[in-house]
Amino acid sequence: MAERGGRGSGHGSLDKSITLPPDEIFRNLENAKRFAIDIGGSLTKLAYYSTVQHKVARVRSFDHSGKDIDNEPLYEISVQEEITARLHFIKFENTYIETCLDFIKDHLVNTETKVIKATGGGAYKFKDLIEKKLGLKVDKEDVMTCLIKGCNFVLRNIPHEVFAYQKDSDTEFRFQTNHPNIFPYLLVNIGSGVSIVKVETEDKFEWIGGSSIGGGTFWGLGALLTKTKKFDELLQLASKGQHTNVDMLVKDVYGGAYQTLGLSGNLIASSFGKSTTADKEFSKEDMAKSLLHMISNDIGQLACLYAKLHNLDKIYFGGFFIRGHPVTMRTITYSINFFSKGEVQALFLRHEGYLGAIGAFLKGAEQDNPNQYSWGENYAGSSGLMSTSPDVYPMQRTRSGTFDMLEMDRLERPLVNLPLLKDPSTYIPDTVDLTDDAMARKYWLTCFEEALDGVAKRAAASQPDSVDAQERAEKFRQKYWNKLQTLRQQPFAYGTLTVRSLLDTREHCLNEFSFPDPYSKVKQKENGIALKCFQSVIESLDSLGWEERQFALVKGLLAGNVFDWGAKAVSDVLESEPQFGFEEAKSKLQGKGRSLLEGPPHKCALIFADNSGIDIILGVFPFVRELLSRGTEVILACNSGPALNDVTYSESLIVTERIAAMDPVIHSALRDEKLLLVQTGSSSPCLDLSRLDQGLAVLVRERQTDLVVIEGMGRAIHTNYYAVLRCESLKLAVIKNSWLADRLGGKIFSVIFKYEVPCK
Amino acid sequence: MESPRSCGDGAEDEKKPRRRGGGADAGPSQLRRRSSGGADGAAVPQPRERGGSVSRQRRDSVRKNRPLFPWFGLDIGGTLVKLVYFEPKDITAEEEEEEVENLKSIRKYLTSNVAYGSTGIRDVHLELRDLTLCGRKGNLHFIRFPTHDMPAFIQMGSEKHFSSLHTTLCATGGGAYKFEQDFRTMGDLELCKLDELDCLVKGVLYIDSVGFNGHSECYYFENPTDAERCQKLPFNLENPYPLLLVNIGSGVSILAVYSKDNYKRVTGTSLGGGTFFGLCCLLTGCSTFEEALEMASHGDSTKVDKLVRDIYGGDYERFGLPGWAVASSFGNMMSKEKRESVSKEDLAKATLITITNNIGSIARMCALNENINRVVFVGNFLRINTISMRLLAYALDYWSKGQLKALFLEHEGYFGAVGALLGLLDSA
Repeated sequence: MAERGGRGSGHGSLDKSITLPPDEIFRNLENAKRFAIDIGGSLTKLAYYSTVQHKVARVRSFDHSGKDIDNEPLYEISVQEEITARLHFIKFENTYIETCLDFIKDHLVNTETKVIKATGGGAYKFKDLIEKKLGLKVDKEDVMTCLIKGCNFVLRNIPHEVFAYQKDSDTEFRFQTNHPNIFPYLLVNIGSGVSIVKVETEDKFEWIGGSSIGGGTFWGLGALLTKTKKFDELLQLASKGQHTNVDMLVKDVYGGAYQTLGLSGNLIASSFGKSTTADKEFSKEDMAKSLLHMISNDIGQLACLYAKLHNLDKIYFGGFFIRGHPVTMRTITYSINFFSKGEVQALFLRHEGYLGAIGAFLKGAEQDNPNQYSWGENYAGSSGLMSTSPDVYPMQRTRSGTFDMLEMDRLERPLVNLPLLKDPSTYIPDTVDLTDDAMARKYWLTCFEEALDGVAKRAAASQPDSVDAQERAEKFRQKYWNKLQTLRQQPFAYGTLTVRSLLDTREHCLNEFSFPDPYSKVKQKENGIALKCFQSVIESLDSLGWEERQFALVKGLLAGNVFDWGAKAVSDVLESEPQFGFEEAKSKLQGKGRSLLEGPPHKCALIFADNSGIDIILGVFPFVRELLSRGTEVILACNSGPALNDVTYSESLIVTERIAAMDPVIHSALRDEKLLLVQTGSSSPCLDLSRLDQGLAVLVRERQTDLVVIEGMGRAIHTNYYAVLRCESLKLAVIKNSWLADRLGGKIFSVIFKYEVPCK
Repeated sequence: MESPRSCGDGAEDEKKPRRRGGGADAGPSQLRRRSSGGADGAAVPQPRERGGSVSRQRRDSVRKNRPLFPWFGLDIGGTLVKLVYFEPKDITAEEEEEEVENLKSIRKYLTSNVAYGSTGIRDVHLELRDLTLCGRKGNLHFIRFPTHDMPAFIQMGSEKHFSSLHTTLCATGGGAYKFEQDFRTMGDLELCKLDELDCLVKGVLYIDSVGFNGHSECYYFENPTDAERCQKLPFNLENPYPLLLVNIGSGVSILAVYSKDNYKRVTGTSLGGGTFFGLCCLLTGCSTFEEALEMASHGDSTKVDKLVRDIYGGDYERFGLPGWAVASSFGNMMSKEKRESVSKEDLAKATLITITNNIGSIARMCALNENINRVVFVGNFLRINTISMRLLAYALDYWSKGQLKALFLEHEGYFGAVGALLGLLDSA
């Protein structure tokens, strides 16, 4: 029912001779507290909670009173140590269990833990070993409870956790958008037997049925029929066999299809119906294939019957029979399609193998209220889907053997949907799915590869005083390079591959090697320069007539956005007549975009800012100021953590304070709380409107926000280009990439000015 | 391709007059042709005169809207062919005298033997006596033989000049399609093909209504798991609707029957009698269904299967699962030691239990989804298979907490064939 049968074959001897690359696998052990372990028939999953000390860049305003601010930097940057919480999960073969326990024991320094939560069929078997090695008391938890707790956790916290499997399509893995409401669902766990569980809420679930024909039947009966002992080998055999030699098909009975019922001739009328003879030999492959079909079809049929009876349409499959095996995912998917006539989709989970361990861990950590927080998958520390599959990517195996890892960072604040999303259940942040689009994938992977040396250089240069900056930068380069190679082979490794995920992975890797904010100094400098120009920009804007001013404001927004982090002089931007598409923007603004600024003022505008420097100070702020003058309240949302040269929330506080000191409109708006600064909860150059800081969401609702402005390539083009909101929205950016310009049917440096009014 | 016989193109001189005389061979297949052609029987003059000649006798049976003898119903399944034969017992001396030689020899051959060739068997214990069908009184015989002997059967039909009898052979089951061409070319016979599910439903309802020689056709098990208290008791299926009909042949079909003419196929599974027998052959080297069942009756499946108690030490209370429930069929066979310690009998038993439980489980889910509480199990998988019947009875009762009742019928696998025979009579 639960896991790969406890007393399974071939796990008798423990391999102690292996050498682990331990620093790559059991990371942060020295601070580990709270352990959980899930031991199945062949795989062990270890979970621990640890704290990670990592460097963060902090900005702090100087006291400028009475000083000549012209020659001083705007604010102070300091790199500080910050402690954040991280969940580590490691999956390895049971043969390594003793070596791993020894290693953990040797490296466990600060733990005050006395118990280890344990689940899975093997927890009994290894109980004594664990207690002896670790000196921790084994505390058993119910298998299914753990499984469901873990399932709820990944469904809630990991984007693209769920996928449908389609073997014969270009995209084998079809990742699903996380539905805001994960309940109710059916979990079909195919261990040695099958358990079918209906999950209705976090704490309410019910075993509604099961079947004894499961993974154990495939393995046990398969071993009897083929003399093949190992589960994986049986699957190998099955993938090479022809079931039609063993099964009696409809056409064997009818000579063709059974037309009155619309049953195709190729359907199986009777599994093993052709082996009803003592004097014929059948090949191992054919029998294994027939067995696989028999079991998969049976499980699929029962799952559909239960789904129908309980009126459920989401069925997640897990258990060792599924566990990342394309062969079984394929046959189960086929069966579900057949029996539900396409009405139910078979769904699988990326971290299915970890559910028990996650659940057991959560059981032990209840006093920490882990479900109060949002968690994020750390791409730098996680191996990705099928990392240990021998035929996928050999290089990964040599690096970490059969060890698979998952790391989840506890986020400072809970993340929620933007309340203004038209339909959160169908919202997809990303514009181009690189898993789906091989050409696009190739282009972007190459892009990121080519940019990598530069990024590493900049990272090293950002910490001139650090002795090991070069070395760390090289390690970063190597790590991200490997990630990119993995993604070339397995675009599906971390869910849908997108420009956003590539950017986020790079940020995670930079953080991993203590480059929390390589652009901090650039940002500091540019903010300083831009601030000096603020007043003159405002003056020249104020001298314009209404119509011209509106255009100049939009032009300013776009112009600011062109310069991601270049050292171009401010005057260059504003004084020259740049060749890129301002005329285009102008005509758009004069067209339907006109009502944006001409109609009745909005109640409240939410603006997602992009870059530091010119962008925020000379582009966004004058626009904010205009909105405020019209009586529109403004919520200015900036990233919580650094990403590229994007303005962070803490930087925005200082910048705003400086501007307020110069400008009475901003000053009074701040004072009267007409201008509100918030953080997005994100540290990505892109924007996922389904994972935003809860505080932001609350404010958006309170202030009855009726306009959303999204600015920049990352937020308005790579993501959210197709996002549909319930209120008016303006997406603007300058396309600074020729491939993307082509893709969207424009030219490089053409302007995206997308003003959308929801249809009533 | 052969031209359709009804054309009467003169190729078969000897038969012509009779056929022209009254559409004597107007079986359903021909009726179908007629209706599709827009013509009907009125265009064919119906002879009125009675007489002592062979042809007059044949005309007589036509006049009374009866098909010509012999009356057969054939159900050609994936594994077994089921044949029902109506033996008229009210033959008058006159009829006897006029009965053509072929017909007589077929009647004598079938009724005086209980085995035919090396594989054909007449289930004498199922014979229905003194049955009135279409105004004729007689006995209904039940005969079966393996589908792989179908060519020999057709050959025999050809040797016995079956085609000269000008009767219609109504056949159902997949084999009616698969062997249609062989019947035509080897046996000079045009099959009247009937839908197998139509026949099944019709056959079940008919046999249940006429009863089993004064006894009830339908029965159930009381206390199915208690060897001492378990009893087979008659069940009155007077108001049969709605019922779930589970036909376990090589594969399984599940029908929901709402009235005589209203039924639907709910689902089916490929894990059926063929799977039990096929797996047993591979696992034990047995060669007959009877042998497989015999082995199973001496085996212990708990050595092969992993039970709930093998995993949890007892009941799994969190989910209300009893310790004796099978958690994983063949689950113990993952272990090499255990594979080496089980007997063929154990394996046969485990196979039987696995297949039976699974059918029970799917049937139960269908019953719940269709909101039907009587489940009738038929099909030749249940022949001499009390283990499965009692297990189905128990499983349905236990898992539905007494809401569902498993019912069985004495004529297990013959309903399709009976339905085919009824199809013949209906068509006349």
